[in-house]
This record gives sequence, C-alpha cells and structure tokens, in this order.
Amino acid sequence: MIPGKKCAILNMASSLFVALVYEGATARPIRNYPYITCARLNAFCDQFEAGLKGANSVSTITKPRSSIAGSIAGVATLVAIACLGSLLIAANAIDPMMEAHAWIFFFLTAFALVTIGIWAGGLTGRDPFDESFYEDMIVKFGVVAAMFWGIAGFLVGVIIALQLTWPSIFYFPEFGWSNFGRLRPLHTSAVIFAFGGNVLIATSFYVVQRTSRTRIAGGLWPWFVFWGYNLFIVIAGTGYLMGVTQSKEYAEPEWYADLWLTIVWVAYLLVFLGTLWKRKEPHIYVANWFYLSFIVTIAMLHIVNNLSIPVNLSGSKSYQLFSGVQDALTQWWYGHNAVGFFLTTGFLAIMYYFIPKRAQRPVYSYRLSIVHFWSLIFIYIWAGPHHLHYTALPQWAQTLGMTFSIMLWMPSWGGMINGVMTLSGAWDKLRTDPVIRMMVVSLAFYGMSTFEGPLMSVRAVNALSHYTEWGIAHVHSGSLGWVGFISFGALYCLTQWLWKRPALYSKNLVEWHFWLATIGIVFYIVALYFAGIIEGLMWRAYNEYGFLEYSFIETVDAKHINYMIRMVGGGLYLTGALIMAYNLVRTALGHGEAADVASPEASLAPALQPAE
Amino acid sequence: MGLFQKHQALERHSLLLTVGILVVVAIGGIVEIAPLFYLENTIEKVQGMRPYTPLELAGRNVYIREGCYTCHSQMIRPLRDEVERYGPYSLAAESMYDHPFQWGSKRTGPDLARVGGKYSNEWHLDHMTNPRSVVPESIMPPYAFLSDNTLHIENIADHLKTLRFEGVPYTDDMIENAKTDLIAQVDPNADYDSQDALVARYEEASGRKGTVTIGDFDGDRTRITEMDAVIAYLQMTGTLVDFSTYEADDLSNRR
Repeated sequence: MIPGKKCAILNMASSLFVALVYEGATARPIRNYPYITCARLNAFCDQFEAGLKGANSVSTITKPRSSIAGSIAGVATLVAIACLGSLLIAANAIDPMMEAHAWIFFFLTAFALVTIGIWAGGLTGRDPFDESFYEDMIVKFGVVAAMFWGIAGFLVGVIIALQLTWPSIFYFPEFGWSNFGRLRPLHTSAVIFAFGGNVLIATSFYVVQRTSRTRIAGGLWPWFVFWGYNLFIVIAGTGYLMGVTQSKEYAEPEWYADLWLTIVWVAYLLVFLGTLWKRKEPHIYVANWFYLSFIVTIAMLHIVNNLSIPVNLSGSKSYQLFSGVQDALTQWWYGHNAVGFFLTTGFLAIMYYFIPKRAQRPVYSYRLSIVHFWSLIFIYIWAGPHHLHYTALPQWAQTLGMTFSIMLWMPSWGGMINGVMTLSGAWDKLRTDPVIRMMVVSLAFYGMSTFEGPLMSVRAVNALSHYTEWGIAHVHSGSLGWVGFISFGALYCLTQWLWKRPALYSKNLVEWHFWLATIGIVFYIVALYFAGIIEGLMWRAYNEYGFLEYSFIETVDAKHINYMIRMVGGGLYLTGALIMAYNLVRTALGHGEAADVASPEASLAPALQPAE
Repeated sequence: MGLFQKHQALERHSLLLTVGILVVVAIGGIVEIAPLFYLENTIEKVQGMRPYTPLELAGRNVYIREGCYTCHSQMIRPLRDEVERYGPYSLAAESMYDHPFQWGSKRTGPDLARVGGKYSNEWHLDHMTNPRSVVPESIMPPYAFLSDNTLHIENIADHLKTLRFEGVPYTDDMIENAKTDLIAQVDPNADYDSQDALVARYEEASGRKGTVTIGDFDGDRTRITEMDAVIAYLQMTGTLVDFSTYEADDLSNRR
C-alpha cells in the first residue's frame, strides 16, 4: 500500500465530496471548512507517524535543559509531598482502612520517586521529551491498562450476576468484602473509570498529538496524569472492598481519593490545553472539542458532587456537605453527566477521530458537528432530575429534567448520524473490516440507548421503569454497546498503529469477538428488559379484591430465569474481551497476519513448488 | 452562514473554547440546583424530625459501608401501590439530616424508607445473619459478620461535631454525651439515668414522645456490635414524622 497514492485519490474524492455537499448548498469557498477533509486528517496522522520530521532526522529544536528538568522536578516534588503526607497519615491513622490506604499510597509514591530518580539519572544529556517525536509510549501503556481493567471489570460484573442468580453458592458469609454491596461499586468503577478512563486518557493523548501535529506538552506531566489516575483507581477499588465509600453512585471514593483525583485532573486539563497551545494547525480538530468538554465538565461535576468534610484528617470517613433533597439532585446532576460527559462526549471524541481515520472518509458534516456539540453539552446538564421522578424533589425540577431529557434526543442522534454517515462511500468496509463494523454498531447502540433514555425520562414511563431491571438493561445497552464497542474499535486501531503493524494478528478473532459480544449484549438486555417490565407490572398489580397481588419476594423470584440469561450474556461479552486481549497481544508481538504483511521480502521470495 | 464562520474563533482559541464550554455546562446546574437551597417550600414543615442518635448514626454508617443503597431505595413514591406496600410517601423533610441522602436508585430488595418497626429485632438478626433462613427465595448477601464486629465508638462525638458543622442541629449536650448516649441505647445494663437522659435529649429535639427505642438489638448482651447499630438504624427509619399532624393537602406541601 502506498500511502501517498492512496492519499491523493482520497483527497480527490473528499474534495469532490466537500464541493458537492458544502459548495452546492452554500457556495462558500472550501477554505472556510479547512480542517475536516480527509486530506487534512491524513496529513495530521500519516505524514508524521515515524516522528514529526521523519524517523532519522535530528531535532533542530534544542530544548533548554532547564525546561526538561522543570517538569521532572515538578512531578517529583508533587509525588514527594504525596509520599510524605501519606506516611504522616499512615502513622496517625485512626481506622484500619485509612492505614491500609496510606501505606499503599506511601509505597507506590515512594516507588515512583525512586523510578523517576533512576530514570532521570540515566538521561545523561539525552532529551527525553524530544519535540520531533510523538509521545507514543504513554498511549501504549494506556492501551494495556485499559485492556487489563476492562477484563477485571467485566469479570466482577459476571461474578455479581452469578451472586444474584445463585445466592446460596456465590456468597461467602465469612468474606464480607465479597458481598454484592461491595462488589457492585467495584464493577461500576472498574468498567467506567478504570476501563473507560484509561481508554479516554490513551486516545486523547494520541488524538491531540496527531491533530495538533505536535508532541504532547508538559514533559513528565502526562506520565503523572496516567500513573496518578491509575493510583486513584487502585485506591478506589481497594477502598470498596474494605468498605470505604461515601455511597454516592459513581462517586463512591472517599475524600482523600477525591482530592488526589482533583490534582490529577487539573494536570490532565493543563497537559491537554498545553498541547493545544503549541499546535501547528490553526484549527482545533472537532474530536478535541469533545475531549475538552469531557475534561472541563468532569472537573466541575467531580468537585461539586464530592464536597464533603472528613471527620478526622487521619480517618477515611467523611460526611457530605449537602443533605437530603439538595444532595440527591447534586448527585444525579453528577451521575447523569458522568454518563453525559465521561461516557458520551469523551467517546464521541473517539468516534470523531477513529471512524474517519479507519474508514478513510471525511467526517460527514462540519456544521452538524458544531450544532450537535453545543446543543449536546448545553442540554445534557439539565437532564439529571429524571433520576428523581416522583421523589421528594420539587416537581418543577422534575419537569425541567424531563423536558430537557426529551430535547436531548436530537443532539444525541446528531452525533450518531454524523458518525454513521461518515461511512458514506465506504459502506463496503462494514463487510470487510470488522473493526469498522464494531464502531458503527456502537453508534447503533448509542442511537438506541439515547432514544430509550428520553423515553424513560417521561414521568409516566418512569413510574414503571424506575427502580427496576429496566434501568440496568438501559445502561448496559449504552455501556456494553456504545462505550464498549467504540473503545474496542479504538483499541484495535491503536494496537495496530502504535506497534506499527500493517494488520491485526487475526481478523477472524475480531469477527469472533464482534459476534460473541453482540450476542452477549442482546442476551443481556433482552433478559433484563423482560425482567424489568415484569417486576414493574407485578409491583403495581392488584387482585380482584383490590389488594396488592404480589408480595415483594414473588417479584424477585420471577426474575430468576432472566438473571441466568443475563449472566450468560455477560459471560459471552467477557469471553469476547478475552479473545480481543489475546489478539492484541499477538498483534503487538508481530505475529500472524501482521507478520506476513510486515515482511515484504517474504512475499517477494519465490514460492516453493511442491515436488512433482 | 455567518454564524458558522464565527465559530472559527472558538476553533482557533483554546481558552475561548474552554471558557465557552464551562459557561454552557454551568447553566443547567445553577438553574436547577441553586434554588433548592433557598426556596422555602422545597422542604415541608413537619413535626417529629430529629437528628440521629449516636447509635443510629453508627448503624447508618454501617449501612453505607456495606453498600445497602445499591439494592434498597429509601424513597416511597406517591403512587397507589407504593403507598399501600410501604406506607406514606417519603417527604423531603425526612431526609433533611441525611449526609449523604440514601434514596437509592434500584430495588433489587424492597424499599426501606419505613421498615422501622415492621419486624422484630430477632427477625432482623436472623435475616441479616442468613437471609434465606427467613425468606427462602431471597437473593440478599449474608451479613453474619456484623455480629462479630465490635462497634467502634471512640470518636463518635467527632462524627456529631462534623454533622453539626454541616447544619444538623446537634446540641452541645448531645455532643458531650455522644458516647454515653450510644452505650445507653444499646446496653440494657446501662443505668436508668443515662437512658432517661438520652431519651430526653432526642425526644426534645423531635418534639414527639416515643421516637427513641432502647434495646439489646442483636441479642448479645456482652458487647456492642455493628449488628446492634444497623438494626437500631433500620428500626427507626421512617418513624419520626408525625403523620397525624401532617397536612398533605396544604398548599405549601403540595407537589
């Protein structure tokens, strides 16, 4: 494959496309839509794959030593403060959970300090942050971390599904930490924040460098963001097992983990902005708008929802600043927008880079991306109260939440349409490239769940669906289908591109992954849609004498078969992810099809004919 | 289309874009959440609400620690079947001292907003120790270990202080006597004076008689366990508000 030639053809095609769509409609010069063409996107990506100025060129920009030392010293100082602080807390801890966490923190930060010291000592004049190369190692680490946490999170999901199905087998009275109440936050946080978060950090670092045509900013700070975030994950996860939780869904970690995440997140924002500041492209690419809105909004949500006062600075327990109804709305303002900005805008950013790049087609519509971006982020924030229909939340707030939730349908589908239609002219790739198919099916699930969401936010529907398994089905259609599949697509792309393989180890295994996961999702959501509607109807069923027909436990018992099917669906999804991990490892190692294509001399060698 | 061209300013200036995003995403939260702090009819006027006793608070913390909220809501909606199944629909006033709230989002198990007083302490003990011993089809995890864990009560006064700082009306008296109050509520051998003092303190805050229950909740008289605390908490949920004086149809209470 000759990139230059292919690019020329695609340039022509995309110019024609742009001319037809934009010029035909508005008669504006093409230069008004400068960044969105395929040619631009490819220029961002391919030209500089081996290094910004080619693999063998020597950097002409000599960075002053002080700026290299600056970021190393900055990170080391911050880590050292964290290290000393945690030692202080470990020595004075008033509860065993805090003590355990302080020691974990102490040992990991001490290990980080030693590693930084040894690494910095070994530099001897070499510039570790050479501006003529992209920082790709950190993205590789992100891919591995995402894969690891993803499988861990799916596995915990299957375990808690087993617990609800066969409670007398999968609960252990002597191990309190293995109860559903502690494993459920472990599952949700592992899949959302550990898997999803690492996918977002890895892809955002990859995309912002490519689309800004510059190395990531901040020297050692991006590494601080990556390891600091994963340290937060470890603290959060071990905390759930020990019973450290503030009981706010998707924001369970206690005050000290929240503080640490705030520091990491500010660093993340600055690294991202810093990279944009030194970009060599006049325009900020659309994917970066979405990443930026994800980073900025999550910072706002995280800080406000986690306002709490620790009982003791050496203890793990804190009390939320807000109470009752105010706390409830703050929580669901956060909770719904964790979906909106963590699981939606962040992953739409992935869509805006990886689908056009993989399909080699320009993004469908520039204007649609502007309209749906601003309307999506404006409207999403209002939708939180639909989690509190018929509760003690004042009805005016419920009505606002429901109204905006219904309006949210349109910008959500705007994003889906922009992603799916990007395949215009390349629909055949759905057949030939299972990675593309995975990403497009993810958009189909996105469309489904963003239609279902507004439906469920209607008060009358919510009266039936709320508190039932319908909600669980809904979030899994969104998370397994949309977030999972778009992430898998990005991970397949990244592994192939980062390890510079011309193909994945096995396309067949991608097919297996795709079909196992798709069937798994269908099993999962159909079983729970039925379970949810059945229990919702049973709760409100009356007999002919005007009494409630069913006791609560009868409604639990009615879901047993559905729970079994759900567990099978989750198991299939986990199996698919394991297949993917195997495929990615073999791809990174350069095995299989990747190896065949990778060594052109092998194919040039005369084929050996069998002896007659 | 001038508007789309103007958008290029945002695409070219990252700080402008950042500020633009922040402004756009801040609006919804400000309009929806901020008024809840000052609109007077957000929280109904009721009789009977009081802060949690130290033992109930400790039990509530065990409830939070074990993640009970993942399967049990504490929010009865004003729907006919829910009111018949669980009792009067929940009021905002009933969780005004809840830092954080425990309304929940999923009913894998039944709502617990008014479970207080519905079952005996012994039933709760059996149920928590092995849920399937009393409800064969139950899928709830076993919590037998709560009976083994001694309740940590040393710094309970600090908990009350933190909550008072956040606006829960604990008096100096309550904070000073937090530990003795906790022991008095669970220990049948505690002296009558301290039990009377506990009841007086919290019934005065409540303005209602009979809102403080004293008892040996877990059947183990030798020590105070986490099981004592969590059962004490469950036995008081939803029992404080005096519904005989609450006027649901009053204009200020309508919703």
